[in-house]
Amino acid sequence: MKNSISKQLIGDRDVEKIVGQLLRFGVITASLVVLLGGILFLVQNGAGARPDYHIFKGEQDSYITFEGIFMGLFTFKPMAIIQFGVLLLIITPIMRIVFSLFAFMLEKDKLYVIITLIVLGIILASTFGGLKV
Amino acid sequence: MSILTFTLILILGAYLAGLVGSLTGLGGGVVVIPLLTLVFHVDIRYAIGAALLASIANSSGAASAYIKEGITNIRLGMFLEIATTLGAVLGALIAIYTPTNTIAILFGCVLLFSAAMTLRKKNQEALTEGSQLSAVLKLNSSYPTAAGPVNYKLRNVGAGFSIMTVAGVMSGLLGIGSGALKVLAMDTAMKIPFKVSTTTSNFMIGVTAAASAVVYLQRGYMDPGIAFPVVLGVLGGAFTGAKLLTHINPSTLRIIFCIAITFVALEMIYNGYHHQF
Repeated sequence: MKNSISKQLIGDRDVEKIVGQLLRFGVITASLVVLLGGILFLVQNGAGARPDYHIFKGEQDSYITFEGIFMGLFTFKPMAIIQFGVLLLIITPIMRIVFSLFAFMLEKDKLYVIITLIVLGIILASTFGGLKV
Repeated sequence: MSILTFTLILILGAYLAGLVGSLTGLGGGVVVIPLLTLVFHVDIRYAIGAALLASIANSSGAASAYIKEGITNIRLGMFLEIATTLGAVLGALIAIYTPTNTIAILFGCVLLFSAAMTLRKKNQEALTEGSQLSAVLKLNSSYPTAAGPVNYKLRNVGAGFSIMTVAGVMSGLLGIGSGALKVLAMDTAMKIPFKVSTTTSNFMIGVTAAASAVVYLQRGYMDPGIAFPVVLGVLGGAFTGAKLLTHINPSTLRIIFCIAITFVALEMIYNGYHHQF
């Protein structure tokens, strides 16, 4: 590919196609990770009694922080693998926004670079605003 | 009940939820909440967490197909996502102070409204005259049909933006995509042809849900034991639904499901009113 990707080289339709592929790739990857974690979870705990989901335990549960999920992931804990898949699923639409930002930058569409930055800012503020690390 | 039995039944239930959600156009998330609370007696907060994930999976999966056809208006989606993400963050904040029974009643009302919206007369017309703001924001576009590309313009951008904020609040508060409210904003207020409004709404749902998802993850709403069967089941159901839609005309099915969903909605309101949640 040439060094300068101009508007002629990458048009609106190409951008849309890449966005579509990005979304599909994210969903497929996330579900495969969730499936892997789920199978491991069932192999290890399948015979156990169903947890009492009638009572909301909320923040007492583990795997609600990025740190907790990654620590569990590296020790191959099934619950952490499922939560990692869940994170991948949540990140997929956010990655779509990031990609759109670059696409609008290449098109030199200043108005939509600003609009996309606002959307990204709101999501990141919400994600990291109440972060418990 | 063992974890294995619970998981298998839940996968099956979530599969049906995804199928119904796809055939009615309501989305999988909105069917998952009554399934988990009324059938499996799961706390509504876990149900909301699972529904958010189902909405994201549904939206990203379906959007990739629609974008390929070139119907989705990406600029319009991006512009309105300012409103829906702001609303979603607000909704997730309000949720802390809202009793679960109130959330159940509110959910029932939104479900009733959504079922009614599915059966409404759809806006097929494309406007040739748009408002000044729609031109400034480059929202006017075209979409492909069998008879060639159709150009459309839009108006009432402010009203559409406001309704989108409400849709975002509902999405953040209840964990659903609020596709019906999004379509209301685009179809009824901004006068966008329904094919464009439904696909663009679907496209936006993932981003709207992602805006509040991490907040809910950190509040412990997303339990891996529920998330895993729900995500896989809903995705499978939505996939089957999308395949079925190309072979059958779902208008009769849609009416049957909408009546069924009306009863489900009434039960949610009834149970919420009697403090069953």
